[in-house]
Amino acid sequence: MKLLDKHSILEKNPIILLIGIVLMISVGGLVEIVPLFYLENTIEKVEGMRPYTPLELAGRSIYMREGCSNCHSQMIRSTRDEVERYGHYSLAAESMYDHPQLWGSKRNGPDLARVGNKYSDEWHREHLIKPSSVVPETIMPGYPFLAEADLKFSKIDIDLKVNQMIGVPYSDEQVTNAVADLKAQLDEDSDDYDAFIERYPSAQVRDFDGNPDEITELDALIAYLQMLGTLVDFSLYNETENNR
Amino acid sequence: MSTENNDTKNNEPKNSEVDQYSGVETTGHEWDGIKELNNPMPRWWVYTLIVCCIWAFAYQIYYPSWPLINSYYEGMGGKTQREVVKAELEMIAEDRSVFADKIQTTDLATINSDPNLTEYALAGGKAAFGDNCAPCHGTGAAGFIGYPNLNDDVWIWGGSLDEIHYTINYGIRGVHEDTRINDMPAFLRDELLSRQEIDDLTTYVQSLSDSSIQSTPAVHEMFIDNCASCHGEDGKGLREFGSPDLTDAISLYVTDRDSIVDIISYSRGGVMPTWNGRLDEATIKSLAIYVHTLGGGE
Repeated sequence: MKLLDKHSILEKNPIILLIGIVLMISVGGLVEIVPLFYLENTIEKVEGMRPYTPLELAGRSIYMREGCSNCHSQMIRSTRDEVERYGHYSLAAESMYDHPQLWGSKRNGPDLARVGNKYSDEWHREHLIKPSSVVPETIMPGYPFLAEADLKFSKIDIDLKVNQMIGVPYSDEQVTNAVADLKAQLDEDSDDYDAFIERYPSAQVRDFDGNPDEITELDALIAYLQMLGTLVDFSLYNETENNR
Repeated sequence: MSTENNDTKNNEPKNSEVDQYSGVETTGHEWDGIKELNNPMPRWWVYTLIVCCIWAFAYQIYYPSWPLINSYYEGMGGKTQREVVKAELEMIAEDRSVFADKIQTTDLATINSDPNLTEYALAGGKAAFGDNCAPCHGTGAAGFIGYPNLNDDVWIWGGSLDEIHYTINYGIRGVHEDTRINDMPAFLRDELLSRQEIDDLTTYVQSLSDSSIQSTPAVHEMFIDNCASCHGEDGKGLREFGSPDLTDAISLYVTDRDSIVDIISYSRGGVMPTWNGRLDEATIKSLAIYVHTLGGGE
């Protein structure tokens, strides 16, 4: 028990104690976090993932600004009850272009990882403006100002640029055309439609807030919500190969 | 450090005194005449710690734990949560298959005449309705403005089992290519009618369900020209187009004068999502059976 008697050294020297604590805690980080950055099998092989369109990215910023993730998670865990209620469990690949991730851990409201295409745009509009108009028992607050707030998107290309710098595979062409692409996603008849779809395959193009005259924050947020969890093609997903 | 301090430190173990009441060694620390006893940790505590350590090592060996260079240690048990949930879902599917397979392969009319299958479909349909349909149609299926009431006898696209099944399966203005779709013109926005004409037409539409309101034969002509191809000459609606009955004073939207003017001017086009692909066939059939029983099934 000679070694155990030495604890008085730690107890009497706060600096040594501090160094010991830091070393001890960093083991957790080194073992649990660092490997996720270099292990190749962290991210599953999937078909269909693409970076966010400029409009979706703007909507994502509003989602963060309004603190949606304080009450809504975006992470369907691999348990039976969650898969039965929300659909296929979330994959790491589905968050690979998220900076930061919005998995969340609080579920005052339902999980939103696969809310895309589950409800109509009109429902989202009414629900965001006054949630109790469609779900009387809800405790969610209304966000009526989103329908009136003009979306500030003149510098959206910088958002894309920053994402590009931290590893999201945006092409330079996508960055340069960001503002045009944002507008193109709101209008099926625009001249930029074809170029936009080529840059962002499977993007949904329409006026999301029911007000074609203005580009509002509601447009961006609904565009983001309507694509959540819809990108990965699960008919091509190899479950066995991607077991972790 | 002073010599005196060094002395104390070095002599600490040797100099330890024994507490005269308990017979236990003290640590040599003293506060206001109270001395700290140097009791060993209780045995049970030490043993628990050792057992926990053994458990932790065993756990690391059995379950996936340590990161390696290109992969990770998969554990002797070879377990992954994704396999666990897959097995659980398969087990559930098997439990349900007794009825679910029958529901999937049996046509709706037969299910509806078999009490056992109906009972199962109703229970499953109710659960699926709460998860998927209630946000728009309400928990009691009474609907909201713009989202139809499923408890009444009014059906825009048809209220038979097969029609309801089709609507749930493919949706209305949904993403499936077989989705139900119609497109009412926006008579003001598309400059098909003037404001005055729309105003007259509104009076006519109101007169269809309210005998106290009178319209003129000229406006009736206008209705025939512009509206009757979908809503029918008598305004009773045509289900193959999904055009609502205008004579029953029941509307998906608000029925006051301003709202009718608004609908004729700018049109409406609610969306019911396509559930094919999101829900399995047995669930969609169960939902059709459930919705059919809510009140007005035909």
